[in-house]
Amino acid sequence: MATYDVIVIGAGIVGAACAHALANAGQRVLVLDARLGGATNAGMGHLVVMDDNPAELALSQASLAQWHAWAPRMAAEAPGTAFNGCGTLWVAADVEEMQEAEHKRARLQAHGIACELLSARELAALEPVLRPGLHGALRVGGDSMVYAPNAAEWLLGRAATPIQVEKMHASRIEGRRVHCAGGSVRDGGAVLLAAGIHATQFCPELPIRPKKGHLAITDRGSATVRHQLVELGYVKNAHQTEGTSVAFNLQPRPTGQWLLGSSRQFDTLDPAVDNAVLARMLRRAIGYVPSLAERNAIRTWTGFRAATPDGLPIIGRHPEREHLWLAVGHEGLGVTTAPATASLIASCMLGTAAPIDPAPYAATRFVQEFPA
Amino acid sequence: MTPTPQAHCDLLIIGAGPAGMAAALAAAPSGMRIVVVDDNPVPGGQIWRDGPGVQLPPLARQHRKALARHTNIEILSSTRVVGLGDRASAGDAASLILENAARGWTQHANRLILCTGARELLLPFPGWTLPGVTGAGGLQALIKAGLDVRGQRIAIAGTGPLLLAAASTARKAGAQVLRVAEMTSWGALATFAAQLVRWPAKAWQAPTLLHPGLRANAHVLEALGNTQVEGVRLQRGNTVEQLECERIACGFGLVPNTHLGQMLGCILGERSGLQVDALLQTTVPGIYAAGECTGFGGSERALLQGAMAGHAAVGDSEAAQALQNQLARWNAFADALHRHFPLRTETLAALPRPDTFVCRCEDVAHGALRQRSSWIDAKLHTRCGMGACQGRICGAAAQVLYGWTPQPARHLLSPARIATLADAGSEPSHESIPLT
Amino acid sequence: MKNTAAMVEVHVGAARVRVPAGSSVAAALAQQPPGRTRLSVSGQWRAPLCGMGVCHECRVLINGRERLACQTVCEDGMHITTSTAHTGGAA
Repeated sequence: MATYDVIVIGAGIVGAACAHALANAGQRVLVLDARLGGATNAGMGHLVVMDDNPAELALSQASLAQWHAWAPRMAAEAPGTAFNGCGTLWVAADVEEMQEAEHKRARLQAHGIACELLSARELAALEPVLRPGLHGALRVGGDSMVYAPNAAEWLLGRAATPIQVEKMHASRIEGRRVHCAGGSVRDGGAVLLAAGIHATQFCPELPIRPKKGHLAITDRGSATVRHQLVELGYVKNAHQTEGTSVAFNLQPRPTGQWLLGSSRQFDTLDPAVDNAVLARMLRRAIGYVPSLAERNAIRTWTGFRAATPDGLPIIGRHPEREHLWLAVGHEGLGVTTAPATASLIASCMLGTAAPIDPAPYAATRFVQEFPA
Repeated sequence: MTPTPQAHCDLLIIGAGPAGMAAALAAAPSGMRIVVVDDNPVPGGQIWRDGPGVQLPPLARQHRKALARHTNIEILSSTRVVGLGDRASAGDAASLILENAARGWTQHANRLILCTGARELLLPFPGWTLPGVTGAGGLQALIKAGLDVRGQRIAIAGTGPLLLAAASTARKAGAQVLRVAEMTSWGALATFAAQLVRWPAKAWQAPTLLHPGLRANAHVLEALGNTQVEGVRLQRGNTVEQLECERIACGFGLVPNTHLGQMLGCILGERSGLQVDALLQTTVPGIYAAGECTGFGGSERALLQGAMAGHAAVGDSEAAQALQNQLARWNAFADALHRHFPLRTETLAALPRPDTFVCRCEDVAHGALRQRSSWIDAKLHTRCGMGACQGRICGAAAQVLYGWTPQPARHLLSPARIATLADAGSEPSHESIPLT
Repeated sequence: MKNTAAMVEVHVGAARVRVPAGSSVAAALAQQPPGRTRLSVSGQWRAPLCGMGVCHECRVLINGRERLACQTVCEDGMHITTSTAHTGGAA
């Protein structure tokens, strides 16, 4: 039986990027995916620099650079990846949010990320669908979007060493061996867990909770939106640890459809659309884009983000289990931060120089789960 | 904040075709509050579709008059079920989000009868997206609703009794039907015609089989034209025929409309229809189904099933059972229909070219789809099935072309105004808002 | 055909179209054959296909609201605009 250098569990965007990085470094990689469909299939694919803390900024900034480097190849080799460098507008609805926009600009510029403030009038001229009375916005031109399921497929298919991908339900990790449904096993030099919310099935000790999100996509219409539009209140939402929250988030698809989000709900695994939460989310969106009320929604769906207590992913060695590595807990930033996650975990696994400081993402920071 | 629009009724019937109308009339004497929802402007479904191009059969007019006489039956025309709502009471069979041109609301119902009918099976062939290509039943529906086809040359193709019905409608409307290209064999057609005498009401269909342009063993190859239909290429036995024409009407039989039932958890039974027991109850308590959505079988069967479901839904199982023998007869007719117009899957799967769109909503071509492994895989990677028709057209096509089992949507049944969904979630108020 | 003298006038874009009362918007559009309704994602013109509200090829703007032409009856003064697909939503 063939053995692999690395067995990756999970072929979502994080697993695919990690497999790609490892295979490019010459590793023989097997990816096991149960085809349950995870956050990669459900999310917006918004590539956004997030600066709430330095570790998040480091991961997202490095990742955006990699996405931009990949973009020409993706466009040529897999047009279905639909990479689009549309930029983000962080929209300020009041004076406080405008001040937050100014702070954000300062932080981003200090790290060399191009961005500029827009006045109320400039905002209205650039994005006429937005309601009058907003205070302005911060424009981050380097932010982009990608159709993640096709990006994952591209990453798995285009590595220097061919990646083996198997539709298989992994059930248990035992050292270097992965036990699969039906009784078969796969053996590798190491195992990398990139299974999103399903990570806790293999490692119940990991502090990962599902955070349900709703999305809706509209039909095409005549109005144009140029950027991904996100309310500045989004950040407050993303870091809440309890309750249900919604925030305005609108992505213009290349087809002219608008992809709408976002909502966050804890501790439910029910995939059914919750009409009450969907309604709240849509009412908030209508509050920013009044003409939305008249547009048709074609589809609605939900997805589950894998959330850690501090909002940072877990990237690195499993503190207690030998030969087991982790790339999990990316909350709403999995697509954005997949590339830097991949290069970081590959460097850890292969003993090469880490591209960014791995300490903030170490599992050992959760002292309750992993007492020293 | 405006109160959330909610409404409640005892019995909700989806669809005002023969089955839905019969169900409402059978249930009416109970005195229950009955609401019938139908997305067409006027009740009648497909077979009794009314419009400037129509002389309604007497039975249809009788049903409509009878419905109007009952004060406890409310018919909501031009109203669509767009999705599943939040339940108000555990005793309700369903809560559905409804929408018309003006507004959307959540309709709660103690009992539900699904009479959602069937749609035409439309399969891709080169040029099928050209303006001027319609279904066969589609052409009939458009003509009934006033489409002017006087002097237009029309080729009709596909399979099933709808082809000749469409030819008849088109001819009476002043069109020149050049050809009816029926895929099945002469033998199967003749046997079907001979069997029609067993059902006297249907015997009138037999003369329509004598259309001079009818050819068996014939199928469409390609719709020709630049920006609209200018001609058609047909396979006739071993030869290829090319005709100039303005319209091509092509249909391959009927597919039961089961999406709403499936969204509610009902299981499918025979012939891809909703499974029902002897009293027309589906596998979900409190939800009944009648007519073509339980499997294609013709309007007489639909009327009987509708009446039985209406009786059963208001608790009168005796009246429902009394109709069972009649139903058995029409079930036999349905069997005959299915036997004589089978789909020649191999031929049909070979029709589209790699650049022929299979998903018309998202413009996804056959070449991109056939390398995918399943419906879900195709949806995820090509966007097939993610458009406005919610996979109804391409899903049925994908089943024939690739053998995939399409899965219906889980929340939205149809595109819905965002305003409707923005109102659909709050706590229900206890006042019913008048619907007009 | 019903013998009805009642006619209705609607606006299709800038043009005025008269149809028998009870006619669908699809029928009114087809007065300019073959009655195209919308532009597809890749820029093809489409027209009604199924005639019964399933395929959504016939979506048009009626008095500013998107509706299906095959299931909407013409009313005096209605404004009908064939809808164009919007491509390139983000520059």
